[in-house]
Amino acid sequence: MKYLTLRNIRRIYSVFFLGLFVLLVAMSDFRNMKGYEVSLFLELDPLVSLTTFLTSWTVYKGLALSLVIIMGTVLVGRIFCSWICPMGILNQWTSHLFNRRRPVDDYGINAYRPLYRMKYYIFTALIVLALFGSLQVGLFDPMAFITRSFATSLFPAINYWGTDLYIRQPLFHGGVLIALIFLGVLFANRFLSRFWCRALCPLGAFLGLLSGFSLLRIRRDVEKCTDCQKCLRYCHGGCDPHAELRITECHVCMNCIEDCPEGAIHFGLPRGTSSMHAPLDVNRRRLIETAVAGIILFPMMRSVVNAKSVPQEGVVRPPGSIEEGDFLRRCIKCGECMRVCPTNVIQPALLEGGFEGLWTPILINKIGYCEFNCVLCSQVCPTGAIVPLTVEKKVGRPPFKKPVRIGTAFYDRGRCLPWAMNTECIVCEEVCPTSPKAIWFETTEVKLHDGRTRSLKLPRLDPAICVGCGICENKCPVHDRPAIRVSSIGESRSPSNQMILEG
Amino acid sequence: MPSKHNKKVTAITRRQLLARTAASVGLAAGAGLWGYLFYHENPVRRQGGKIYTFKNYRVSDNRLFPALVIVHGKEPLKMARAACEKMGGMERFISPGDRVLIKPNAGWDRQPEQAANTNPALVEAVVRLCREARASEVWVTDVPINDPYRSFARSGIEAAVMKAGGQVRYAAENDFVRTNLHGQVLQVWPVSRFYHEVDKVINLPVVKHHSLSKCTIAMKNWYGILGGRRNRLHQDINRSIADLAASVRPTMTIADATRVLVRNGPTGGNLSDVSVEDTIIAGLDEVALDAYCLRFLNLHVEDVPFLKEGEARGLGVTDWNSLNHVELSV
Repeated sequence: MKYLTLRNIRRIYSVFFLGLFVLLVAMSDFRNMKGYEVSLFLELDPLVSLTTFLTSWTVYKGLALSLVIIMGTVLVGRIFCSWICPMGILNQWTSHLFNRRRPVDDYGINAYRPLYRMKYYIFTALIVLALFGSLQVGLFDPMAFITRSFATSLFPAINYWGTDLYIRQPLFHGGVLIALIFLGVLFANRFLSRFWCRALCPLGAFLGLLSGFSLLRIRRDVEKCTDCQKCLRYCHGGCDPHAELRITECHVCMNCIEDCPEGAIHFGLPRGTSSMHAPLDVNRRRLIETAVAGIILFPMMRSVVNAKSVPQEGVVRPPGSIEEGDFLRRCIKCGECMRVCPTNVIQPALLEGGFEGLWTPILINKIGYCEFNCVLCSQVCPTGAIVPLTVEKKVGRPPFKKPVRIGTAFYDRGRCLPWAMNTECIVCEEVCPTSPKAIWFETTEVKLHDGRTRSLKLPRLDPAICVGCGICENKCPVHDRPAIRVSSIGESRSPSNQMILEG
Repeated sequence: MPSKHNKKVTAITRRQLLARTAASVGLAAGAGLWGYLFYHENPVRRQGGKIYTFKNYRVSDNRLFPALVIVHGKEPLKMARAACEKMGGMERFISPGDRVLIKPNAGWDRQPEQAANTNPALVEAVVRLCREARASEVWVTDVPINDPYRSFARSGIEAAVMKAGGQVRYAAENDFVRTNLHGQVLQVWPVSRFYHEVDKVINLPVVKHHSLSKCTIAMKNWYGILGGRRNRLHQDINRSIADLAASVRPTMTIADATRVLVRNGPTGGNLSDVSVEDTIIAGLDEVALDAYCLRFLNLHVEDVPFLKEGEARGLGVTDWNSLNHVELSV
């Protein structure tokens, strides 16, 4: 028996990279982060680099790492998909787990199908939208997809079953939707192995296009081959290694090499007896249709009410977020900020910020609050939708003049215990973290129902000091609809979403 | 013409008939029994569970030793050691093998010099003294307002405790058990279970300004045992504080007045609000200790209603001068 085969090397890599991915997501918290590159997999993603480049003409910081994947793919093909990509590896494993087929069925399942063109159309639509400045890559990009699913559904679920991953059970706004889509994608493997990778994945499509340039490939010797089709049985990509290999679909999983009883398949440069390779199989008419659809869709998507066109009170973005228009051009909805947030305040938006803002981070203060001295979300963002902050910059300590403000708190005096019910409270003042406190109070004599008077502290807010952290809203005893609530107005990132004239 | 679907049953024997009848009767009886056992007037069974009460952590009084020791100095370890020696040594309070819980104020994500939490050097000193008195385990816990991990780490208390050989116990969601405080306003509340698992409790508050209760020292430090929506307690804060102090009777109390937050409490955040006093106060009477510490905040006993409330309930005396007290510098 040979153990150090190409297939086994690939298996070792896949275990390592999936393990690394889970480890990095698990490490994305206050106690374990310690400056490690926890967003590594998102930064390795060339599709994220390409689309965010098209929307804002920069290759942001760590995303330059993805160029390594581009270089590798151009040289040796789609090695990312079955060697590195945690989504691909997970899909491969679940495909195995769900199915126990006869060989003849494996040959059918793993043969190429026209359905696999769909990913190229999805890729085209995402690129066209990105060219116009709308970033929807996060819906389909595998790294964003799996990070979001892990952060907002899988890890909370693991905690629910009794581990010490979090100190408080994390809750996510509409998290079950993300969970069901994730499980649906995994379950699709029950019917068609690696359905996501072969039919949907736009990153796979991008890498497929790039792999068309590769020199080192899987090659079949037409003279040794007896057409037994054994190479097809465990094929990852569905790329027809038994015939003219579809190079754009090939994951370079190396299974066909090990499975060939004749030794007819090798990985490398072509030999005189090597088979032809089939070119990219897409229908030009469909491709143009998709592009046109993207062109038509774009202005329709922009003629809507969202947090950019009309400021929305509920769209409070994490501290360090850039201006809403730019934010939507950079955010890939990966959920890293939601994973790292110690108070669980960062939540995946549903339609609060418009359709384009689906699953982008918003702060829901009833669930958590923005910890005054914490800048973790800004540290993990892979695309710069949230730019890195230091504590000094966030709280406005010298040399910085002003704190980063994410919104402003407002009293609802009809619900506030001292204002509406003559009851002592001022919890909001106690917890207000700024110095001096943005919440202050005046002590007044108030008349009670029975005619007696009592001295009471009535809270008020100084909008010049309030940073919108929302701890007042979170700790308010009237907690189903707090008597003090933060809305986005006054946020530092927006020049227009302001209410007070400042000199 | 016979049916196409012509598979026929096989006749059963007497033995089979009896067995099957017994099975049917058994299942039917089971259904009846199920109804009999679980029939209930209410839609949901009460999920009661045990309700705990606090044990008494005190040791017997001894008039030979002072009830209040005030120590001035720069080094918390020396100060704490001197205070304990004056009061009869840590051995008077901690028996070998005891599991000791220390309750500092670690409520906020603030750094040591901002004085919103107990001085980590003092926490380290007290953990060390407990270990020297041969405590088997020393737990340090609090239920902070801010994120617990951040509060313990950035206050420096986590590192200090680990250095001195204690453990930080973080109260997660299921670490709270229902506990009856037998108070006037506070009855059954979720309390961190660690208090029911230890032999001795040392209160280690910091002296701070607080806008509603005027000050937070030893008595108010017991807020940090509670889970749940405890900020409701603000609505009757003086009686709440007295209720808490009456229900948790610590083995001893050492108040940290090394750095005192005199304004913008209890969060602080600005060094100009901090006054350096280089003092710790050890004692058994929390009321007297709080009353003594008012001097750091320019307050008087009349300004702080919960002290009178505590005195009325027999928790201690506000006139600390009447107690046997010692003041020293190290």
